[in-house]
Amino acid sequence: MKQLNYIKLEFPARSVNEGFARAAAAAFAAQMDPTMEELGDVKTAVSEAVTNAIVHAYPDTVGTVQMRLRLLDGNTLEIMVRDRGRGIPDVKKAMEPMFSTGGEERSGMGFTIMGSFMDSLRVRSAVDRGTTVTMSKRIRAKGS
Amino acid sequence: MKVLSSYQAGKLTLFLKGELDHHEAAAALRKISRTMDDYLPRECVIDMGGLTFMDSSGIALILKISKLVGETGGRAWVENAKSQPLKVIDASGIDRIIKVTTGAEQ
Repeated sequence: MKQLNYIKLEFPARSVNEGFARAAAAAFAAQMDPTMEELGDVKTAVSEAVTNAIVHAYPDTVGTVQMRLRLLDGNTLEIMVRDRGRGIPDVKKAMEPMFSTGGEERSGMGFTIMGSFMDSLRVRSAVDRGTTVTMSKRIRAKGS
Repeated sequence: MKVLSSYQAGKLTLFLKGELDHHEAAAALRKISRTMDDYLPRECVIDMGGLTFMDSSGIALILKISKLVGETGGRAWVENAKSQPLKVIDASGIDRIIKVTTGAEQ
């Protein structure tokens, strides 16, 4: 798909940046004229992906999280969140609802929510090399 | 985010306001746990009317509150869930184990 616009962000894996990441994603998506519900979907998916990276990728250090958003033709938004942390040994198991290795503030529903709120979700991971989450969503024109 | 509370006749109401994510959830849970210890309520209402955003950290918080109030024989439920937070609740399926009202039916 043809790329019409993009942004790349990089920030330390600190939880205070979760709000910044979803606000930045919402600001980028605004050019696609989304509904409030679509904007909420994007913010939710970004919040889940970035939080996963912050909670799971770097248990003992503050690593780096990269986020890239692309506007593709067909009014499709693609979101990529990448870390270079410890990786996920079993991606299939990690994507099962209620599975979590996080603390009591995590529910194990992150991937379920991402998959539910976006049109596509792909997770690639390698132990000690990191995880890349790529999601896309077609933003429908208002009134259609 | 802010957590405000009121207590009357065994019922504790927690008013959640603002954005609830992983960053905010830990502090909110500490505050709610202290409030629970103070009142040991029989019923706990989680009022989400003032919540403008919630991710799955909110699901974990609801489950934790339900567990805390359940430890002393009480029960918890969600009231006034709407828009984006309600959609997250629906996607999680948590409304199969905890009562959730949207305000419209009250």
